[in-house]
Amino acid sequence: MRKLILEDGTVMKGYGFGSERSVFGEIVFQTGMTGYQEVMSDPSYCSQIVTFTYPLIGNYGINRDDFETIFPSLFGVVVKEHCAFPSNFRKEESIDEFLKARDIPGISGVDTRQLTKIIRENGTMKAMIVDESFSSEEALKEMQETNLPHDQVETVSADKPYVIPNRGERITIIDYGMKNGLLRAFMENNCHVTVVPYHTSAEEILRQKPDGVFLSNGPGNPADIPEATETVKQLIGKVPMFGVCMGHQLIARACGATTHKLHFGHRGVNQPVFDKKTKRTYMTSQNHGYSVDDNSIMSTNLEVTQYSLNDNTVEGLKHSIYPVFSVQYHPESTPGPEDTGHLFEEFLTVVRQEKGEKTNV
Amino acid sequence: MSEEKAIQKILVIGSGPIVIGQAAEFDYSGTQACQSLKEEGYEVILANSNPATIMTDYTFADQVYMEPLTVEFLSKIIRKERPDALLPTLGGQIGLNLAVELNDAGVLKEMDVRLLGTSLDAIQKAEDRELFRSLMREINQPVPESDIVSTADEAVASASHIGYPVIVRPAYTMGGAGGGICNDEEELRQTVRAGLDFSPVHQCLIEKNIAGFKEIEMEVMRDKRDNCIIVCSMENIDPVGIHTGDSIVVAPTQTLSDRDFQILRNASTDIIRSLGIEGGCNVQLAMDPHSFDYYVIEVNPRVSRSSALASKATGYPIAKIAAKIAIGMTLDEIRNPVTETTYACFEPALDYVVCKIPRWPFDKFEDGNRVLGTQMKATGEVMAMGRTLEEALLKGVRSLEQTDGDFYDPIFDSFSDEELTQHMLRADDRRLFVLAEAIRRGMPLEDIHEITKIDWFFLRKLETILLLERELERDGWSNERVYVAKQKGFSDTQLARVLNTTAGYITKKRREEGIIPVYKMVDTCAGEFESRTPYFYSTYEPFNESVVTDKKKVLVIGSGPIRIGQGVEFDYATVHSVLALKEMGYEAIIINNNPETVSTDFSVSDKLYFEPLTVEDVMNVVDLEQPEGAIVQFGGQTAVNLANGLEAQGVSILGTTIESIQATEDRDSFEQLLNDLDVKHPGGKSVKEKDEAYEVAEAIGYPVLVRPSYVLGGRAMEIVYSKEELSHYLTRFVSNGHPVLVDKYVTGKEVEVDAITDGSDVLIPGIMEHIERAGVHSGDSMAVYPPKQLSEDVKKQLEEATVKIARNLPLTGLINIQFVVHEEQAYVLEVNPRASRTVPFLSKITGIQMARLATKMMMGGTLQQEGYSTGVAEEQVGVYVKVPVFSFEKLRSVDTTLGPEMKSTGEVIGYDETLEKALYKGMLAAGLSIPDHGSVLLTVADKDKEEIVPLAATLVDLGFHLIATAGTADILKSRNLPVTTVGKVGEEQDVLSVIREDKVQMVVNTLNRKRKAHTDGFRIRREAVEYGKACFTSVDTASAAVDVLRSMSLTSRPLMNQGGTFL
Repeated sequence: MRKLILEDGTVMKGYGFGSERSVFGEIVFQTGMTGYQEVMSDPSYCSQIVTFTYPLIGNYGINRDDFETIFPSLFGVVVKEHCAFPSNFRKEESIDEFLKARDIPGISGVDTRQLTKIIRENGTMKAMIVDESFSSEEALKEMQETNLPHDQVETVSADKPYVIPNRGERITIIDYGMKNGLLRAFMENNCHVTVVPYHTSAEEILRQKPDGVFLSNGPGNPADIPEATETVKQLIGKVPMFGVCMGHQLIARACGATTHKLHFGHRGVNQPVFDKKTKRTYMTSQNHGYSVDDNSIMSTNLEVTQYSLNDNTVEGLKHSIYPVFSVQYHPESTPGPEDTGHLFEEFLTVVRQEKGEKTNV
Repeated sequence: MSEEKAIQKILVIGSGPIVIGQAAEFDYSGTQACQSLKEEGYEVILANSNPATIMTDYTFADQVYMEPLTVEFLSKIIRKERPDALLPTLGGQIGLNLAVELNDAGVLKEMDVRLLGTSLDAIQKAEDRELFRSLMREINQPVPESDIVSTADEAVASASHIGYPVIVRPAYTMGGAGGGICNDEEELRQTVRAGLDFSPVHQCLIEKNIAGFKEIEMEVMRDKRDNCIIVCSMENIDPVGIHTGDSIVVAPTQTLSDRDFQILRNASTDIIRSLGIEGGCNVQLAMDPHSFDYYVIEVNPRVSRSSALASKATGYPIAKIAAKIAIGMTLDEIRNPVTETTYACFEPALDYVVCKIPRWPFDKFEDGNRVLGTQMKATGEVMAMGRTLEEALLKGVRSLEQTDGDFYDPIFDSFSDEELTQHMLRADDRRLFVLAEAIRRGMPLEDIHEITKIDWFFLRKLETILLLERELERDGWSNERVYVAKQKGFSDTQLARVLNTTAGYITKKRREEGIIPVYKMVDTCAGEFESRTPYFYSTYEPFNESVVTDKKKVLVIGSGPIRIGQGVEFDYATVHSVLALKEMGYEAIIINNNPETVSTDFSVSDKLYFEPLTVEDVMNVVDLEQPEGAIVQFGGQTAVNLANGLEAQGVSILGTTIESIQATEDRDSFEQLLNDLDVKHPGGKSVKEKDEAYEVAEAIGYPVLVRPSYVLGGRAMEIVYSKEELSHYLTRFVSNGHPVLVDKYVTGKEVEVDAITDGSDVLIPGIMEHIERAGVHSGDSMAVYPPKQLSEDVKKQLEEATVKIARNLPLTGLINIQFVVHEEQAYVLEVNPRASRTVPFLSKITGIQMARLATKMMMGGTLQQEGYSTGVAEEQVGVYVKVPVFSFEKLRSVDTTLGPEMKSTGEVIGYDETLEKALYKGMLAAGLSIPDHGSVLLTVADKDKEEIVPLAATLVDLGFHLIATAGTADILKSRNLPVTTVGKVGEEQDVLSVIREDKVQMVVNTLNRKRKAHTDGFRIRREAVEYGKACFTSVDTASAAVDVLRSMSLTSRPLMNQGGTFL
């Protein structure tokens, strides 16, 4: 038996699976009913303990294809039930085997609905997964004394630049904790992709003469990486830019807007986003704990293009002068609906236009 | 806000009578749609011929026309009401087909009626196989290789290039009527022939067999701005090959990876967009378990059975939202009625597992072919929710009421492995129990998977249950083990079996040890947003979410799945009771497990517990809620059966008391009661031994009516004419311990009386007279209000007997009494101390809201307070008939002859100024095609030969040609009636061939005394069904039909409002 202890004193018992380690991280919940493999390997969950609200996790096992990164960086997994006998034609191993191999602890048998309600009401918070014998008081004390990490982007960003050569548009992706899905989107469009670490300077990026710069997703608080904001600031106006998730928040900050932490974040694959121009609502895949302040947009050169139908938070931004735009959600999906995949093509259209204008000049 | 300002009046088409493939789900969707439209300020005109429904209540539409759902009558309604628009997508296949027909007839154009929701073009593209397939090819959606055929020869040619086995699907039919999987040419020819007849366009699809693929369903919604969402995904445990209506279904999908899922999601949204559907749509897909390959099987461009299930499974009210979309609203401007803080434009997230199990009628149709295939056979379904799949599954199993709550059927103990294998190969309604037995005795899962193609995931879940059984058997009780078993959905009876003790002991010990369930909320969003939905299910976890208020509460017990003998009319009564309780200031709590119904719409009651209807599950709710009492009167036999168990645990049963149940169900007490009250009854006895039965039968004289005690819908009831027949009957039924009732069979007019009592006053809203004489189950009889052939004296006798019985039984609320009138004397056949099938029918006709009134009486009200007094209420003007509707074309090898055992699945109403007009409309609404000219085949039993003569004479007068078999022909000839004689079955130009060759338009065939299946008579009756001929098995029904033929000009008028009078 193991237990999950929350910063607010809540203790929930369960059964251990995966690694037998004890962990400390930020507890969050994710509401998707499929896509646990993508979630567990999404670098944006770095240092978090993820609660799956759907009670049966691991039904179709873990396959070799659906990873969003090779080494998962989430700290723990909380489920009601994990499946010991998964069934799917692509299945390679069970979730238990996977988490053991990656040394990530899981806890099952938890009343995850109650846990979700606690997180909804009290907000995301510190949590630990420990052995049952571990003193809860001790754990609480430890949690109070320990801060949640601020270096997640550094942990999950690429160490060195690398290139995936092709003959299409030259796109430089700044990697704050990039999901494979993003790469896949550009590969499908035959782009020549250069991936650079998050702290790469604007100068270095521009030296490579990209046709467009893409800002990836990434974990944690955008305020933790001011150097990245600086780079983005310098790039605006020099090259077409598209950002998602962390990338979206960095564009906002680079233009002078501010960001704040959401009470319990948006983590799921059913998040409705309203587009002001087309008057359409899209189902989007989301995973973020921070959001751009709506009222800080007024004083910038940005305009809000999309907002969340659920809580009116900012979901899309567009620069009023330069070809720069961003969305808070994941148009690459994986997991989740593919309703907004067209945004990559829209970005590439802008990139081609800009390229054309330059050539004509 | 709607942008369609021009529209003010909308006609909604309901789905008509309940038949297999089209059940209570359309009452739910129709009711929601009417409410939804009225909410937006529209005037709603409703057309539906089904009087048992809630939607046809005066409260839900502005005008209700319970007229036959035919172009003729709808045209009349349209001309009279002049609606601006028509909403056809909420009345099932009937509604859609009518919209197409009305358009083809030019009525919509002529009267300038706009079609709301899905366009006709889209309907045709989705429904017409060829148009659909070419559209799918256009948008690159794969469809199984197939051909459209209109003859059997074409079908054979098609199958030879597709390759056997092939699937036959008739075009434009519901529930897959007439279809099936064919393995060879002979089967193909047979199936196609029937299929072509069923298809209104005489087309069948011959399709590549993809049996074994995963069967997935998506419920999709789209609005005019092209916003598109998946409300719910569902996975059939049974792979492709068994009709989805007959499949055990779980939600959400379990074995699809996100990638698999998104492939199917994209396909579904592409399809709904290409069809341009505005509203709800159901997409059925088949996915290869070994690759990403998939096929689109079918699209329903309307609200369906699956959408009702999806609505209950997710909490997302599809029909309500679809109606709003139809009037031009968009998903992102409609509030999510569950959270009330978010919008309808999102995809529900579940944090529980849902399981749907169909309810089949084979407990009544023992001769029926139980094997499941592409033609739906279930009459209803149950749904259960749990936090584990096993829990949802086992809760579903006990909701079926086919076991005592256990997951075990002893019948399979004696099966050999080979027999089990055969049963797995040809799955029938009991296959869950077959699988359980196979796993229990250790058959390798590999083999089971190979045979059934059921996904490993589900087989492992079944195995988990059985391994846990074994562990409990071996290691006995421990709190941890029992807690785990409860989390996996074990009932106390299942635990009792494996722990070799009684359920009572388990319950007691469990409570002592604190192993009790908690209740979780269904909120559409997996807890992400705060919701106040009063919609709960039980599970075994640490935290309870159902907050108990300090209001006075009453628990209303629902009627469970729709089955023959217990249909939507009980849901009607349940809903009205709930509404009355709310009106009186009580907190009305409902427990039910039927996802199709209005009663399980969380907006109806103050609190809804979606739970199995067993003593254990109900007691768990009682323990938490501590209600003043429980009402069992409206939930049919299901609820009544719980009364004893609940009272034993201290629950106060309101209205129907245990004493009243015993006094009427226990034959000896019943006799005693009637004797004490000096009420006449046929006389009979309850017996346990064969010899005793023979003695009783001799004493009262043959024929006698025999039936097991405590029966529902006349199950296993028979009329026997000799000792030999009685012996045969007893061998089959006396063995299972229950006593058998042997009554004198009094032939005569059957009459039904429903009454409401407060304990002293007894109000009789109306008396109903049956067309068929006693012997045909009251649910299968045509019934007339007000009675036309009863003398004032007989009516007085009926009233007096009813008042006496009602006053002398310890009960308040509703009571139903069946009488037989023989030589001007009324005899009591049966007393039911509960709401009967006729409550909605009579309520609507008389304007007396019977279930509401009964609820008030139960809660201490008096009839006087409500302005009523003892006696029969004043008769209404006009004639109202109830006509039963059968689903025989879906149930092969079921004998269609009517008898004491109920066979109908639904009913319609016909009303007009005269009996004949009302009957005509009733028969028309019931889909009986009575020809106005042509030939009639007469082949009747000896006992009926005299009676058939006047009927035959009338037919001749009307210009019909008579055809008869030898015996019947002789008697007709002897009376100088012209008749053509045909040979017996097997002879040249035999009686079957005249049916097949369309030489007759109507058949009258009555049953010989010898009761055995597969006689010539049986074949004649089945043949008539297969070829869509009106077939009458009672001389009384046939005479009524012939009377109707003498008709008549027709009128059309709406149902009166409560307390109102005719126009």
